[in-house]
Amino acid sequence: MIRLEKRKQPSRFWRIANPFLAVALTMLAGGVMFAALGKDPLVAIRLIFFDPIFSETFASYSRPQLLIKSAPLILIAVGLAIGFKAGIWNIGAEGQYIIGALFGAGVALAFFPQPGWYIFPLMVIAGAFGGFLWAMIPAILKTRFNTNEILVSLLLVYVAERILAAMALGLMRNPDQPGFPGSRDLRRYEAAHNAELFANTGIHWGVVAALIAVIFAYVMMTRHMLGFHVQLAGQAPRAARFGGVSPTRLVVICLGISGALAGLAGMFEVSGPGGQVRIEFASGYGFTAIIVAFLGRLNPLGIVFAGLLLGLTYIGGELSQMMLQIPGAAIQVFQGMLLFFLLALDFQTNYRIRLTKGARA
Amino acid sequence: MKKLLTAAVLSAALATPALADTTKAGFIYIGPVGDFGWTAGHDRARREMAEHFGDAVETTIVENVDYGADAERVMTQMALSGTDVIFAASFGYGPDVNAVAGRFPNVAFQHATGYIQDHPNISLYDARFYEGRAVLGHIAGKMTETNTVGYIASFPIPAVIAGINSAYLHAKAVNPDIQFRIIWTYSWFDPALEADAAETLIEQGADVIMQHTDSTAAIRVAEDAGVMAFGQASDMTQFGPNAHLTAIVDRWAPYYISRVQAVIDGTWEAQNSWLGFADGIIEMAPWNDRMPAELQAEADALVAAIAAGEYHPFTGPINRQDGTPWLAEGEVAPDGDLATMDFYVEGITADLPN
Repeated sequence: MIRLEKRKQPSRFWRIANPFLAVALTMLAGGVMFAALGKDPLVAIRLIFFDPIFSETFASYSRPQLLIKSAPLILIAVGLAIGFKAGIWNIGAEGQYIIGALFGAGVALAFFPQPGWYIFPLMVIAGAFGGFLWAMIPAILKTRFNTNEILVSLLLVYVAERILAAMALGLMRNPDQPGFPGSRDLRRYEAAHNAELFANTGIHWGVVAALIAVIFAYVMMTRHMLGFHVQLAGQAPRAARFGGVSPTRLVVICLGISGALAGLAGMFEVSGPGGQVRIEFASGYGFTAIIVAFLGRLNPLGIVFAGLLLGLTYIGGELSQMMLQIPGAAIQVFQGMLLFFLLALDFQTNYRIRLTKGARA
Repeated sequence: MKKLLTAAVLSAALATPALADTTKAGFIYIGPVGDFGWTAGHDRARREMAEHFGDAVETTIVENVDYGADAERVMTQMALSGTDVIFAASFGYGPDVNAVAGRFPNVAFQHATGYIQDHPNISLYDARFYEGRAVLGHIAGKMTETNTVGYIASFPIPAVIAGINSAYLHAKAVNPDIQFRIIWTYSWFDPALEADAAETLIEQGADVIMQHTDSTAAIRVAEDAGVMAFGQASDMTQFGPNAHLTAIVDRWAPYYISRVQAVIDGTWEAQNSWLGFADGIIEMAPWNDRMPAELQAEADALVAAIAAGEYHPFTGPINRQDGTPWLAEGEVAPDGDLATMDFYVEGITADLPN
């Protein structure tokens, strides 16, 4: 007889072990899928997980790319995780990412073509502010009118996408290229370019910001009173209220931080790897970051690994498409498996399997 | 030592013949190859091209590649893996193609429907879709009973705007009461959004749906609603046997074969090609039987006239939407105007998104 028994305390061991087990199971199940598609599973998995980092042909390029792809995911996910811990669900990071990018690019385009050391710092501030502002809409609606922040923040993504399209077609359109949507290429405007800080490392200001955010979040969650309040509000909302934690303040802080970080990520992207404001600028970082946050167990350090891992599957996924002709959809299934296995395994954290003798009475 | 030697010999034996003879062609797609539309059209041509060359050419694809950093990375990886010619099959890859081409001067880049050509190793190629749109417009004008055509548009770029204008002018020519309703999706491939757009347009009275987006969703909606529609880039008849009147079918294969041949011969040079009916790069899918024989003959004649160069779909007099003259009586639109078109022609009541 197999019985499930709820653990008195979530298992620390499984909390840490599950992500690794999930990766292993994903490799296994993914391998079966690749084999069913007629591809060599070992080669496919090598292409996805190892070649981007170790292959002679690709690694010198794809290793830095890994940082470029993962940095925005980590930056956004760290902010989201703080809110998620407190039970405040900002699902609209994608929208805050877009608005942050627009604010940042807006500053740059306003100064174009003037040089000046102060332009980039201003863009950083504007980007964070833009994301913050966009996150304040669900925050204020929640605290004033008790609306659901999940819905409001999510729907605001679509509003942000429309604003982005309008900007790319109107106000921010490159005046030198009439007829085509899209702003000037910020990579060609030195004062606004978020360039690589060290050649061929992939490290740009967004990577640095992600690192700072991780440290900041870690210290806050483990050492600071605010982190304690966040945890308390998530685990025991009533106790938190009795303990003098203001839910209103917490909503504003959590949405504000995650919005500002998402806005920063957007700003670093538009002024660096993305290059310009275009209609199709947003490529889902804000949504993928939700997966990263959970994959990283809402822990800042975990999120670093989760972001790198997911970035790896993206880059490796492209490689395996290119080198082995694995369909793009199979790669998406593969990434989906990762989350699926993690969530499925999570039951071990809270439950244990007991084998009991004989039939139950 | 012996082991080392064997390894060296082995690798030398493996390395030389395999690499020297095959030409590698890489393709990056904005949508999935299974979109049954635009990307399917390019992949059809890729397979035809691969078949043509047999072992001499090795092709590879990466699908669903977003514009921007992702596209740049995929193309760089292709170049690093020894690809000789890269086909970037979507408008929005422009800045990315140019960024990568600058770093790999020995790789040939072929950018579909693009307009940025900063390096000598970038060719641009495009089809004169407005020629096909003229035929669609003519058919729509004749077939509609509500005098309302619904148009699902993707991005407000010159190619799409020129398509709308061409379709409108030719619908108007045969049906003075024609109205165009236009919905912009800001996406090339989003079946759910395209289905919603089609439903909205039908609610607004459209009984012919035209699309400049890549999925088959609108065809299915039209089929269910009992209205008519045109496919996009591929023959989409199977998704709406009654609704599907015809489609502009892209045939990139002859062009792909000629360009890859040039790479093999070492004669590849940057070009800017804009090909139409005359070059066989686009053709019309078989007319639906519900089109009267007379209309089928007219449509055939229109295709033939355009292909022969006897008729240009943009022949004056044509005014801009605001009433200012664009083309004088008998004047033919210069390619430059069409390639940068950012205005509607007179008579279209919608506003261009701005």
